[in-house]
Amino acid sequence: MENFEPVIVAFCCHYCAYTAADMAGSQRLTYPANVKIIRVPCSGKVDALHIVKAFEKGADGVYVAGCLEGDCHFKNGNVRAARRVESVRKYLEEIGLEGERLEMVTMSAGMGYRFAQVATEMTEKIRKMGPSPIHLALAGGASEARKAANI
Amino acid sequence: MEYIKPFKRILLVGCNECVTVCAAGGRKEVGLLASGLHMAVLKSGATIEIREHTLERQCDPEYVEELVPMIDGVEAVMSMACGCGVQEIARRFKNKPVFPALNTKFMGASERQGVWSERCQGCGDCLLGMTGGICPIARCAKQLMNGPCGGSTGGHCEIGEDTDCAWALIWERLKALGQIERYVEITPAKDWRPGGGSGPRKIIREDLAE
Amino acid sequence: MRTESKLEKVLAAGHLAVTSECGPPRGSMADKVIEKGKYLHGVVDAVNVTDNQTAMVRMSSFAASVLLKQQGHNPLLQMVTRDRNRLAMQADILGAYALGIDTMLCLSGDHTRFGDHPMAMNVHDIDSVQLIQMVKNMRDEGKFQGGAEIKNPPKMFIGAAANPFADPFELRVLRLAKKIAAGADFIQTQCIFNVDKFEQWMEGVRARGLHKQTYILAGVTPIKSVGAARYMKNKVPGMDVPQEIVDRMAAVPKEKQPEEGIAICIETIERLKKVEGVAGFHIMAIDWEEKVKEIVERAGLLPRPQV
Repeated sequence: MENFEPVIVAFCCHYCAYTAADMAGSQRLTYPANVKIIRVPCSGKVDALHIVKAFEKGADGVYVAGCLEGDCHFKNGNVRAARRVESVRKYLEEIGLEGERLEMVTMSAGMGYRFAQVATEMTEKIRKMGPSPIHLALAGGASEARKAANI
Repeated sequence: MEYIKPFKRILLVGCNECVTVCAAGGRKEVGLLASGLHMAVLKSGATIEIREHTLERQCDPEYVEELVPMIDGVEAVMSMACGCGVQEIARRFKNKPVFPALNTKFMGASERQGVWSERCQGCGDCLLGMTGGICPIARCAKQLMNGPCGGSTGGHCEIGEDTDCAWALIWERLKALGQIERYVEITPAKDWRPGGGSGPRKIIREDLAE
Repeated sequence: MRTESKLEKVLAAGHLAVTSECGPPRGSMADKVIEKGKYLHGVVDAVNVTDNQTAMVRMSSFAASVLLKQQGHNPLLQMVTRDRNRLAMQADILGAYALGIDTMLCLSGDHTRFGDHPMAMNVHDIDSVQLIQMVKNMRDEGKFQGGAEIKNPPKMFIGAAANPFADPFELRVLRLAKKIAAGADFIQTQCIFNVDKFEQWMEGVRARGLHKQTYILAGVTPIKSVGAARYMKNKVPGMDVPQEIVDRMAAVPKEKQPEEGIAICIETIERLKKVEGVAGFHIMAIDWEEKVKEIVERAGLLPRPQV
């Protein structure tokens, strides 16, 4: 896969990261178009299944962006999200995907700059890691995946 | 993974009863496992089609019947129910390999969200009336029926700090109930026949059985 | 007299009894058993032979007891309910008695988690109280646990363990009462380091008159080093080693520590002698059998009575 452009899915809480993304836009900050934003009412709403399905459909990286600690609109949704992300990371490892492809980040609604920075960093990190083996398998069929897996 | 390696099309079956409540084999876990298995197979360079279905109850033949229209299209079945469900499917579909996707561990209760502990071993001869409602068979590491061993320390079992000493709990409870004399009575050697000692157990309700 | 047991005779005659123990080897070396036994000749009235102690596989208590019996000892067969069901235990009791073993100790046993086979199933078909009851019924009623009659019933002098230091403390006297009601003729206690707490327990025992219904042998252990003292204090469930003992061991140089441990052990025996209801001593010198004689002698318990 030459000229690899990673597909990144960002689950963004309506009360913080999603607004921060808006803020980044109005501040004319640029961030990579690789990041596909999915708005959720709270980071705690993001189920393990949502994350896993994103990878299954070919995402190379996923992050869940919730409010700063103590600032969750629903009290502790962000804390739960962080725990869930931790457990999905383990699950991904079990499947054979690198856990680092999944991250939990926090920010406030006013942090447009931080939103752009996180999006850029995540895209660069995943770009360095290369495409997820699932992305490869889906794109090039089984034969290419076999090559990637060295078998 | 080893189980399903030879197959291209499998059916992953969840159960809406106990395994759903304990977040081990309900619809959501079926989705997660299907997704995970799919990815793992893709990564290995192969392909697989995983169909998902969750039954109301896998331990009742009426519900298992629901799988009939799906079964022909798949080469194997993987069940996320307890061992009872796995066996019911195997009994109904004699020509399909059926694999367990769970290790069925114990009959327990929910201590708090996400934490379950063993409470009953189905010994068939309930002692709870004598022991203040706390089961020494399921909850004492040595199944002692006549009091705590010498390893009970500060309410903990000798096997570990995160395990309560069942007899310390029983004692507190008997005291609270004013039933200390219950402790002094010797519980004689247990008859294990109802507890599986005489082979597989069966219950027949004459009024219900046809 | 209920049995032919030497231990029973010593106790019935009103002497302070002395027992010690011999842990069978982790291999099939008969000579090791015999060698350990040599240190105890003429020093004790009965030798406890442990049964897969700390849940580590060792030569069976039964076989090692027979080896000791052949050397003229009075073996005290320990039996745990962890490893065998009631059929196997009754079979061993018949076999042991047929080979001249007439004294035993009924235990539940350390959990397999602590041993070298943590993956093994814990049997616990019956518990220690039920084992006592079973052995008593075999002896007094001539009946197997299942109810059938025994030809030539085994006449075992039945022992049980008591741990005055485990929790809940207030239950410990009742637990002893239960073992006595089940048929325990004698009791060997957990190692006593905290004599005050033991005295407190004995007060409860005497208040119920339990010391008159059974013989209580107080357990003592010589500590080899300050490390061993700390280990027992912190790591062994149900052990009560007061800080003063650890400090006292720590206060002497390393090479003097074994001597200090023995001195503490003898002082403990002297204190325990004054406790009403103590019928003897069980000296657990783990892998230190060669020191038992010195302890017994210095505690004024030699020569052993001939009964």
